[in-house]
Amino acid sequence: MTVPLLKVRGLKIGATAYPPGEKPVAIKIVHGVDFDLEAGKVLGLIGESGAGKSTIGLAAMAYGRGGVEITGGEVWVNGRDILKENLRNLRRLRGAEVTYVSQSAAASFNPAKKIMEQVTEAAIFQNKFSKADAEARAVDLFRRLGLPEPETIGKRYPHQVSGGQLQRCMTALALCPEPDLVVFDEPTTALDVTTQIDVLAAIKEAIAATGVAALYITHDLAVVAQVSDHIMVLQQGDMVEYGTVDQIINNPQEEYTKALVSVRSIRHEEKTPTDNPLLRVENVTARYRGTNFDVLKKINVDIHPGQTLAVVGESGSGKSTLARVITGLLPPSDGTITFDGRVLNPALATRPVEDLREMQMIYQMADTAMNPRQTVGTIIGRPLEFYFGLRGKAKQKRIQELLDEIELGKGFQDRYPAELSGGQKQRVCIARALAAKPKLIICDEVTSALDPLVADGILKLLLNLQKIEDVAYLFITHDLATVRAIADSIAVMFQGKVVRYGTKSQVLSPPFDAYTDLLLSSVPEMKIGWLEETIEHRRMESAGN
Amino acid sequence: MKNIPISAMIGLFFTGLYFLMAILAPWIAPYGMAEIVGDVWEPSSSEFLLGTDSIGRDLLSRMIYGGRTTIFIATAATILSFTLGSVMGFFAAVSGGWVDQSLSRLVDLIMSIPSLIFALVVLSVMPTTVPILIILMGLLDSTRVYRLARAVAVDITVMDYVEAARLRGEKIGWIIFRETLPNALSPLVAEMGLRFIFAVLFVSTLSFLGLGVQPPQADWGGIVKENKEGINYGIQAALYPAYAIATLCISINLVADWILTRTTSLKGGRG
Repeated sequence: MTVPLLKVRGLKIGATAYPPGEKPVAIKIVHGVDFDLEAGKVLGLIGESGAGKSTIGLAAMAYGRGGVEITGGEVWVNGRDILKENLRNLRRLRGAEVTYVSQSAAASFNPAKKIMEQVTEAAIFQNKFSKADAEARAVDLFRRLGLPEPETIGKRYPHQVSGGQLQRCMTALALCPEPDLVVFDEPTTALDVTTQIDVLAAIKEAIAATGVAALYITHDLAVVAQVSDHIMVLQQGDMVEYGTVDQIINNPQEEYTKALVSVRSIRHEEKTPTDNPLLRVENVTARYRGTNFDVLKKINVDIHPGQTLAVVGESGSGKSTLARVITGLLPPSDGTITFDGRVLNPALATRPVEDLREMQMIYQMADTAMNPRQTVGTIIGRPLEFYFGLRGKAKQKRIQELLDEIELGKGFQDRYPAELSGGQKQRVCIARALAAKPKLIICDEVTSALDPLVADGILKLLLNLQKIEDVAYLFITHDLATVRAIADSIAVMFQGKVVRYGTKSQVLSPPFDAYTDLLLSSVPEMKIGWLEETIEHRRMESAGN
Repeated sequence: MKNIPISAMIGLFFTGLYFLMAILAPWIAPYGMAEIVGDVWEPSSSEFLLGTDSIGRDLLSRMIYGGRTTIFIATAATILSFTLGSVMGFFAAVSGGWVDQSLSRLVDLIMSIPSLIFALVVLSVMPTTVPILIILMGLLDSTRVYRLARAVAVDITVMDYVEAARLRGEKIGWIIFRETLPNALSPLVAEMGLRFIFAVLFVSTLSFLGLGVQPPQADWGGIVKENKEGINYGIQAALYPAYAIATLCISINLVADWILTRTTSLKGGRG
């Protein structure tokens, strides 16, 4: 048997937490993980946030970020235990033998330096290539990664290329010094789904062409299934399951893995539209003050009572702006919004309280949607007090009812948001919206910041509440799996326009317009070989045209 | 009250000591404030612990009464500047638009004049009484508090929970006092410690220049002024107020630091 490129034995990682006003506490992040990675292979690390995947990835460079400390175990790279190396030798390892691709390329590139300088920096610093060779190699990598104008793109500054392109530049940066191992830390998570597929294909091709080994860290099993040879499933610092991609995807053994594989399998029968829509948006056009282009262009959509309209689109398509216009935060420059048979005043300040009560909003980031200095009881209690004048016992009783409805139960009233998990926070936000007894709830990317299993729980809860409370949802998302799970009708938005609108079955069945087709086919499927099929399919189509 | 770090203990002790002395001055001072009891600049003895001043008054008594005046004026001015400055700052940040613009530019205008010069000009035409001093210092200092409060609040008012409150239809009072203020408290408390010390220095400076607290009433700046010639003869009298101001300054800031770490905890500041 050959000696593996990367051999990890009993890796233990800890950190020190500093709760304010209390003594520092040592916490364990990873409790003893073993794995091997052979040269030229790709290992996918998958798990929810807090599972320790990124921490393990960085440990492959003998690095602990921000107070994180490797407390035990061995990490062997190319036949030597790098945890025993001194800093001087580690400098020769990092950026030469092992390199790193981070999640946010935009935050990782130095905005004041040109791309080429940054891409070739490590290769030149480590004396692997001369400046001319490194630059030639970078251009070659740019071409392989499918970047436009590979000869000159290096002369640009990071802000002069798009997010997806910058992520590919970062991959070039990592591959430039001819490393043996690259750690990819969620390289496509921050990208739009239509961009993700290109970056994913580019990364996969570059890995194959250079023969480098890789640790691919992500929370999306469908993505990791496309690029890896093996998958390791992690949960709270422990390995749950390890196997080939085929074993994990098609024959998972552990409960947790099964749950991950079957995520987003909620089925929801669509309801037929009624004659009297609850909310009617007619010819709405809007622009932000001080700009000279319309963010929304003649939007027409209806929301029916007790039903869900999903608005899908990439970032910048105007989805959230539509929500702002409906709530009155951004008065439209043209068009009308009719709610429950009456025309709404354009601006928030001029709307009667009753209109405000009947339309509630839930945000993407539950963290910033709740005042960190208020208890859950205050947060949920305020709408009760404000709209219905509930006080004392009656208020307490209603708060508890709402907490039961969102499946939190007793003991949560006196907690502060910082004492809740991500999913619990979002549930409290839902309870706050429900407290007003609204007819419409606007959900702005409410599951995007959550782990898949938690997001599933929230979607199920929302569907349940719709049945009980008969509330309508305007559901803004970029994730088509979510749309399938929850929508009755769908509006696809692209560059400020609704390009496709109808019931779920209409929108999701062919014939498609070009954009919807692109969007639908870009969503990673939990199927081995999906990436190749899709890319091949697109090539043939473009050749056919 | 357990788990108080040692630095905060020291701070609390000295701060408490100075405030207690200020409050209880008439009972603990060995002699009257303006009572001439001995010779000029007598050295310290069992009779006069810190010696006597330029006209033979007991320096310890002068220091205690002086602390009373100085601390009272500084405290009152700080409270005034914080109430006014932070409410106006929050109001500007929450309202935005022309309200914010006109308030901020007005504050810029006042701040463009050095506050000492401003104060000297005002005091040269107004009677120099304690209430006037307090109002003047409070108003001048409130411009600094306004800038900080507005800057902090501008960051807070863009948070989703403030937007949620607006969507609920909340009035500006709720948004200022219930959504913004609790989250802006930590930097304001830290600033308060600093501002208080600046107020002590400011009133001492004014008194030193003869435009602050008027003799025979004692205050720390005045004691320096009265005894400054003594330094030429190796007499420490003018330095005691300096020691007092320095220890008060450090201990107040130790306390502010401790309150800051306690209030930054997002579990409701329970530590």
